[in-house]
Amino acid sequence: MARINIFLLLIVVLCALGAVNSNHRARKLFTELEAEQKRLRDLDVEWGQLQLEQSTWSGHARIEKIAREKLGMRTPLPGQVMLVESSNDAPSKATALPKAD
Amino acid sequence: MQSIRFTRSPLLSQRLPAWRQRLLLWLFLSAFAALLVRSAYLQGFHNVFLGEKGRARYERVIDISATRGRITDRHGDVLAVSTPVKSLWAIPEDVSLTPAQSRDFAKLIDIDLREMNHKLASERDFVYIKRQIPPDLAEQVAAHKYDGIHLQDEYRRYYPSGDVTAHMLGFTGTGDAGQEGIELAFNSQLAGRSGSRRVIKDRRGSIVEDVESIRPPVEGKDIALALDGKIQYLAYRYLQQAITENHAKAGGIVVVDTLTGEILALANLPTYNPNNRQHLVGAQLRNRAVTDTFEPGSTMKPFTIALALQEGKVRPETTIQTAPGKMTIGTATISDAHVHGLLSVAQVIQKSSNIGTAKIAAQMSAPDMWAMFDSLGFGSPTKLGFPGEVGGRLRPAKTWKPIEQATMSYGHGISVTLMQMARAYQVFARDGDIVPLSLLRLDVPPATGVSVFSPKTAHEVRAMLELAVQSGGTAPQAQISGYRVAGKTGTAHKVEGGVYANKYVSSFVGFAPASAPRLIVAVMIDEPTGGKHFGGDVAAPVFASVMAGALRSLGVAPDAPLAPLQIANAEVVKEGI
Repeated sequence: MARINIFLLLIVVLCALGAVNSNHRARKLFTELEAEQKRLRDLDVEWGQLQLEQSTWSGHARIEKIAREKLGMRTPLPGQVMLVESSNDAPSKATALPKAD
Repeated sequence: MQSIRFTRSPLLSQRLPAWRQRLLLWLFLSAFAALLVRSAYLQGFHNVFLGEKGRARYERVIDISATRGRITDRHGDVLAVSTPVKSLWAIPEDVSLTPAQSRDFAKLIDIDLREMNHKLASERDFVYIKRQIPPDLAEQVAAHKYDGIHLQDEYRRYYPSGDVTAHMLGFTGTGDAGQEGIELAFNSQLAGRSGSRRVIKDRRGSIVEDVESIRPPVEGKDIALALDGKIQYLAYRYLQQAITENHAKAGGIVVVDTLTGEILALANLPTYNPNNRQHLVGAQLRNRAVTDTFEPGSTMKPFTIALALQEGKVRPETTIQTAPGKMTIGTATISDAHVHGLLSVAQVIQKSSNIGTAKIAAQMSAPDMWAMFDSLGFGSPTKLGFPGEVGGRLRPAKTWKPIEQATMSYGHGISVTLMQMARAYQVFARDGDIVPLSLLRLDVPPATGVSVFSPKTAHEVRAMLELAVQSGGTAPQAQISGYRVAGKTGTAHKVEGGVYANKYVSSFVGFAPASAPRLIVAVMIDEPTGGKHFGGDVAAPVFASVMAGALRSLGVAPDAPLAPLQIANAEVVKEGI
């Protein structure tokens, strides 16, 4: 009888230690999850800022100014344009076209 | 002295009174009982207060902020984005800065030292020292750990395209709530709602367990507009150029995709920079294309002619006598700018004859004309969701006098917005039907619209509108190399205080390529004072520049030979006003 009790006690102690251990690990993992989520938010904010920066650099007014003043580009005159027939039909929707700029 | 061993102590043989023992026992027992009762009371009955105190040691409620959605153009380029910034605030009483510290601090955050000291000397409990500073600067301030100076998280909305898209987008006020334009119209979708949750924090302040979510945060939705950034820029730029050249008071331009009804561009002038709204005046804020009505003048004529064709009253080749260039209806006299003599219906549009249009209109009944105007959307707001949209003035048919029916046929005595005009011209650019205009990008174009005219009528009027931009029409300057263009000029006196003033509104509404229309561009220039005031001279060049650029950027195949235009030698007809 006493032996069984000691055996059971041992098992209970082991289980208790296991519970403590897994709880600790859960908390550590949770902290990591939190850190990653914070990183996600930070990256999202950074992405927004980069998009903002991209939009500012690629502003049409800026591009036109640089093209005209710095690179000396100009709109081709009608006589200088040559049309090339496309083999497949021209896309009919604006969204289907590659980005204009 | 004789030593006494403990076991032999005479005291042991002395008997103690029995009550002492019992008293002690009872004392201890009752003390235990009191403890038991107290702990049972604290644990079982009066547990709220202590429970609260206990949780406060390890649990924290933290806010989860939600960001306002981004606004992008149809290609995904960002037009409006919110990004976190910090605001510096202080409790003036708690602030104890030495003069040297104050100087450094003011220099760090780049504000006037005197202004800062003035703020810190105020009686109030809370003052903002500087709002919306960049996060890296905020970190530097936080590193100094000044007493009584705190940082607060805020969001600031940025508009990278600035004044170009100001009226389309609008802006947000304090608290990131939409105040104008798209920001207001779609505020419920864009706005996020911050949430909060309860967590357990450890000694080092990191979160170790999620207890419960008190309120889940709702992130603002991103919105993709129908707007095309490049076309918007072209529209804005050429409108601005025309307004400067013609010393005009204001202007507006709308570009619509005829296939889908999407609004690819909308610009108004004067405008403002939404990123810096310090010196705003009302005129800059007006989104004229949807909030301001004007008498359109001749741009209305094609609708009258279309109705006459539709009802079989005339054919394109039917001739109308417009000599002697004057006509009296009741007590009023209407006139043409030039005497044209005998004109075909097509030439009435080409030369923009008021007399011709009025004579054709006289053959139709007022209710029929009213029904036509109504189904084109005149008199009712465009329902885009913009703040302050108006419907213009279209009086009920039974109050029309014959002279009014005549003037309305050529666009006087009726008022419209530029947006309504662009919408109505869909009937000619499409096959006689109208689809609703859309501010948002449509992934599936609307199948069919509401039919107003038959396709045959639409094609006949389209051919007439092509004549109007050719030599002998009112607007050769609307021509574009490589594309067939169709459109109509409008020049109208402004109504001021109920009478027609010597000020003009010049407009041009047209579409291209005429063989398979893709874009509608509507231009309105308010009070040009640079010597020219006809729609063909003032508004048509804007139309041509914007249309040419837009068609090129969309990659629309040309339907006419790419030849240099001969606008300079073209015969221009002044339209009747």
